[in-house]
Amino acid sequence: MTRPRSALRELTATRFRLFLREPSAVFWTFGFPIILSIALGVAFRNRPPDAVRVAIEASPDAGRTLVQLASPQVKATVEDEATARRELRTGKVVLVVVPGAPITYRYDETRPEGRLARSVVDDLLQRAAGRRDPTPVADDRVTEIGARYIDFLIPGLVGFNLMSSSMWGIGYVIVEMRTKKLIKRMLATPMRKSDFLLSFVAMRALFVLIEVPLLFGFGWLAFGLRVAGSPLLLFALSTLGALSFAGLGLLVSSRAQNTQTVGGLMNLVMMPMSICSGVFFSTANFPDGMQPFLRVLPLTALNDALRAVATEGASLQGIAFQVVTLTLWGAVSFAVALRTFRWR
Amino acid sequence: MTTTPPLAVSCRALVKRYDRDVVAVDGLDLEVHAGECFGLLGPNGAGKTTTVEILEGLLDPTAGEVEILGMRWSTDERALRERLGVSLQQTHLPERLSVGEVLTLFRSFFARGKDPDEVMRVVALEEKKSAWSEKLSGGQKQRLAVACALVGDPELLFLDEPTTGLDPQSRLQLWDVVESFKRGGRTVVLTTHYMDEAERLCDRVGVIDHGKLIALGSPRSLIASLGGQEVIEVTLEEGTLDEAVVSRLHGVHGVRRVADGFALAVEPLHVALPALVDHLRGASLRLKRLATRHATLEDVFVELTGRGLRD
Repeated sequence: MTRPRSALRELTATRFRLFLREPSAVFWTFGFPIILSIALGVAFRNRPPDAVRVAIEASPDAGRTLVQLASPQVKATVEDEATARRELRTGKVVLVVVPGAPITYRYDETRPEGRLARSVVDDLLQRAAGRRDPTPVADDRVTEIGARYIDFLIPGLVGFNLMSSSMWGIGYVIVEMRTKKLIKRMLATPMRKSDFLLSFVAMRALFVLIEVPLLFGFGWLAFGLRVAGSPLLLFALSTLGALSFAGLGLLVSSRAQNTQTVGGLMNLVMMPMSICSGVFFSTANFPDGMQPFLRVLPLTALNDALRAVATEGASLQGIAFQVVTLTLWGAVSFAVALRTFRWR
Repeated sequence: MTTTPPLAVSCRALVKRYDRDVVAVDGLDLEVHAGECFGLLGPNGAGKTTTVEILEGLLDPTAGEVEILGMRWSTDERALRERLGVSLQQTHLPERLSVGEVLTLFRSFFARGKDPDEVMRVVALEEKKSAWSEKLSGGQKQRLAVACALVGDPELLFLDEPTTGLDPQSRLQLWDVVESFKRGGRTVVLTTHYMDEAERLCDRVGVIDHGKLIALGSPRSLIASLGGQEVIEVTLEEGTLDEAVVSRLHGVHGVRRVADGFALAVEPLHVALPALVDHLRGASLRLKRLATRHATLEDVFVELTGRGLRD
């Protein structure tokens, strides 16, 4: 007779088996974030600055202006007035130069490219007209690893992934088991409820060991990403994040009777955070008044802390606020979930 | 040494009310002796599942008392669970776990129990040990569900409609499993709406209708209570039987109307049948159909309620 194994171990092993046997779950957890980071890494790769596209309105002086604007920074064409206006409207050019006295710049002031084009073009034309700069200047151009978009993106994707796999792997799975009466069936055995819940937590903690190296490893191989801080701290932080979201996953699943309900609840939790918590772009884009609220969202806390460790080499003291925030979210949601959990 | 309590299950004045006015179980008293196979019989919606789920400690009764193996759910839940095997009416076991993995998982919940390989042999699933449960037939799935109940080596086994929806051969296989468990001197409580299942497996049955126990006894004694072990079914070309006259014929113990004619409870058949034929001839009634069969629990149910079990 083979020795029976502990229920917790067997439940956790079962969770692993069922996950690995569900190809779509494996894809969404491991494949999708990599594809996303490739796509975004390519789309927002660092390039030499583009030439600004401008149109010169046809006039007797247009030829001379065209010559004056000959520079790698500018791509200019001569167009009649109607064409020039249309191209400005459709964004094909960002500035129209109307030669004459005075020279008129036509552009959309609210667009950064427009303002950039105005300053570049004006600079060239003023110099051609004989302006001399009173102070000599020199440029020191740098592109630092750690300050690129991909360096910003990868920690965000890690945080996002820890959130979504905790929510799906716990919230959705538990409700599915409830619908199929599997939880009820297990309750008819001497299985401890705590073993059942802990198996989900254990699985999430173990998964961090795969998810986090996978994404950072990929970032390193494909984009030369470096982790400035302690990898150990990064792991501990990711585990804390995974457990915190495990609590939220448990909470959304605690009452839901069918997978549609839990799907809606999960979206309610995940959608706002995937936009507002600095996954794809910095939370600094939101108004100052919102910042205190954004800062205490669990995903914001996790992303901020991951970035601080990965790119700035922050220590535990440096991310204390985020660590406390995550711990509170996890502890409170666990406590509420345990009280409200629908077992039967 | 284990002290076997005289009663495996006892419940008194059991009531389960859903919402305000839906009464699923309406004052049920029940006793199941250790070592017997007890069947709860009744049509769909009679309250069978609600009753067993209360006995299994999965539902709380609105009122009444339950004692299982001499213990109570409120105080001895864990100890009870170790000694009970439960198979729910519907369980979807994880589709992508193999038979062996499912049984190893369920075995891990019990402090003591049977080796999963041994249980696989009992339910004849050894060949499917590494097959995912989604690949199993309906009968195999149901045997796996029962195996999950057996893996803790229970003293008391609850089976809720174990063969509903199965083909005849799968039912026979499942009956074999239940009978081999009974041979070990263990107690079984099962629900069914199949009369043949109850007659074959159960030492005693309780017939439930509208949440109330309307008859209790061995299948044989319940059938005997009809007054006759045999049934004659009569369909006439035209006209009708004079029930008062027919019921006084020799060997006829009861007459009741059925969909296309009459059913007579008779015993002995060789006395009742000639008497009936003579009566029909004398009354100039022409037969369209006449058939005889053994009386079943179905007849008992119809006698008691005026309805068929699957109406």
